[in-house]
Amino acid sequence: MELDEVVCFSRFSRVAICGGTHGNELSGVYLVREMQKAERKAKERGNDMEVITVLSNPRAVQRGLRYIDTDLNRCFTHAMLSGSNTNDAPYEIIRSRELNALLGPKGSRDAVDLVCDLHNTTANMGLCLISYSDSDWLCLHVFRHLQRQMPDVPTRFIHFNATNKESYSLDSVGKHGFALEAGPQPHGVMRSNIYTTMKMGVEHVLDWVCLFNSGFVFEGGSVDVYTVVRNIDYPRDRDTHNITAAVHPQLQDRDFCLLYPEDPLFLTLSGETLRYKGKEPLYPFFINECAYYEKGIAVSLARKRRVAIPAIRVQTEQEQQAKKDECTSEEEEE
Amino acid sequence: VAARLDEARRVAIFGGTHGNEMSGVMLVNLWVQNNTEVQRKGVEVQPFITNPKAVEKCTRYVDTDLNRAFTPENLSTLGGGDLPYEVRRAQEINRMFGPKGSPEAYDVIFDLHNTTSNMGCTLLLESSKDHFNLQMMNYIQKSIFPASCLVLLNEHPLLKYSTSRSVAKHPVGLEVGPQPQGVLRSNIFESMRDILKHALDFIELFNAGMEFPPCTVEVFRLSERIDYPRDDNGNIIAMVHPNLQDCDWEPLNPGDPMFQTFDGKTIHYQGSGTVYPTFINEAAYYEKQQAFATTRRESLVASAIRKA
Repeated sequence: MELDEVVCFSRFSRVAICGGTHGNELSGVYLVREMQKAERKAKERGNDMEVITVLSNPRAVQRGLRYIDTDLNRCFTHAMLSGSNTNDAPYEIIRSRELNALLGPKGSRDAVDLVCDLHNTTANMGLCLISYSDSDWLCLHVFRHLQRQMPDVPTRFIHFNATNKESYSLDSVGKHGFALEAGPQPHGVMRSNIYTTMKMGVEHVLDWVCLFNSGFVFEGGSVDVYTVVRNIDYPRDRDTHNITAAVHPQLQDRDFCLLYPEDPLFLTLSGETLRYKGKEPLYPFFINECAYYEKGIAVSLARKRRVAIPAIRVQTEQEQQAKKDECTSEEEEE
Repeated sequence: VAARLDEARRVAIFGGTHGNEMSGVMLVNLWVQNNTEVQRKGVEVQPFITNPKAVEKCTRYVDTDLNRAFTPENLSTLGGGDLPYEVRRAQEINRMFGPKGSPEAYDVIFDLHNTTSNMGCTLLLESSKDHFNLQMMNYIQKSIFPASCLVLLNEHPLLKYSTSRSVAKHPVGLEVGPQPQGVLRSNIFESMRDILKHALDFIELFNAGMEFPPCTVEVFRLSERIDYPRDDNGNIIAMVHPNLQDCDWEPLNPGDPMFQTFDGKTIHYQGSGTVYPTFINEAAYYEKQQAFATTRRESLVASAIRKA
């Protein structure tokens, strides 16, 4: 990639904002509801861009649960999307296929251009943009825009390296996608400051897309990316599998504060401190996220690095036509 | 002249009355395995998980809220397997630790709870005339000083409810927050553990014959339940205002911000006088139509007490 190269992408014609993928993560639930009310009052964004708002897991939302049968945000692998619906299929599998039909199909030309999936966490993570890629320049530019527009909110980019494991979450259905995670907020609770952060975040995302579509050239630069390295589970009783220690008070709420070897990790019920035994200092996050107890994660650890991003802009109509002609002539040659 | 009261020989510690309030679940599980920490001379202390099915699913309740289930109707109704799980459970607990209102009932039950509200450590009192409890709460407050522990009194004829601890002669609720449901925070866990330590010390001293002189206990008496503003379909249309969020026990004056609508407008408190709000933004109360509760400060005088 040349430093002065401007990378071009097709315009965004459809953007999906999804809330309630986990039914008890309320910022997204209420924000999507409010956006749907506003849509009924014919609020327009111009630029012929369609904003689709989706309540991803309505049954879980209605019952105030994370999920009914299984975690919806793990149901979007190609394998899970392509099976046929049986009578006893889990509710979330049926729903993931409905969402794939609505916003996808995943991997096809008909998929929406961008999926922005709204989540909350009990961890003290501020605002995070979570993505499978550290080289999707569109997502990284959106992230930089959010950081600049919301300087009072700690905003970070988390990269889940999915090269070995296939993408499984809702945001992987769109051509581009990411999760917007805001915390700390208990599940089942709506904190006004967290709602406001999420609302502003979504507005800035949509503003960026409009700006992009209008032909604005976004200059290159660099951003900090946190790439997940590993997870650490709670110490557990060998027989019952029950947790035998709590996240240490010196680690609790210290998301993104560098964790050094020998730093406290857990405090057992009998008062013993268990320490981080890794060799490399890493950045902890999702510290004490409620929903991860059952997934065996007390804390996730990441490496931070600077990623250079190129300048980007939207493809002009001539460039799009030229590209189409190129594809057509290639087909003719074959 | 000190009031002569029966010694408190049988004490229970209830955890998991709400299955996702983790401090109590962890403490009781710990003490069921090894009760050394809660043993005291002259006292039988039984740690007990009240709602094991809810604990297993890490949910507040399975069919119905156990901590509202100890009504006279529920405790006496027949129906066996057709009854909601928590009603059957309430009957079982009433047999084991009650019967409620009888001389055979346990002397003291501590019921351990967490809240998503920023309430700190709160002791829950059900009767302003329970001098034993008032003295215990006073003892706890003095023992943990400078840390604080407030007393919430729910004696309101309409808002009072039938708790699991109400089976005992002296019911004591312990509410510690803020902690999200399903999450175990070390500091919250240790605070609850510390309060129970002092509570059991008090009982041991009382049973050994110590006289506790008259004392004044400041309590917050439950006054009113305030719901979220809702639309005609019952959907919430405003959130607890950022100025009120996390301000449990701080004075709320008429005209102060109370709620904020989704488009940023402020709704103000319209009461006639200053109140002290609590249970601000408790997750479990969304379905009970409560955004917060108001209380009024009151001083109660506890008479001197001594074992009979």
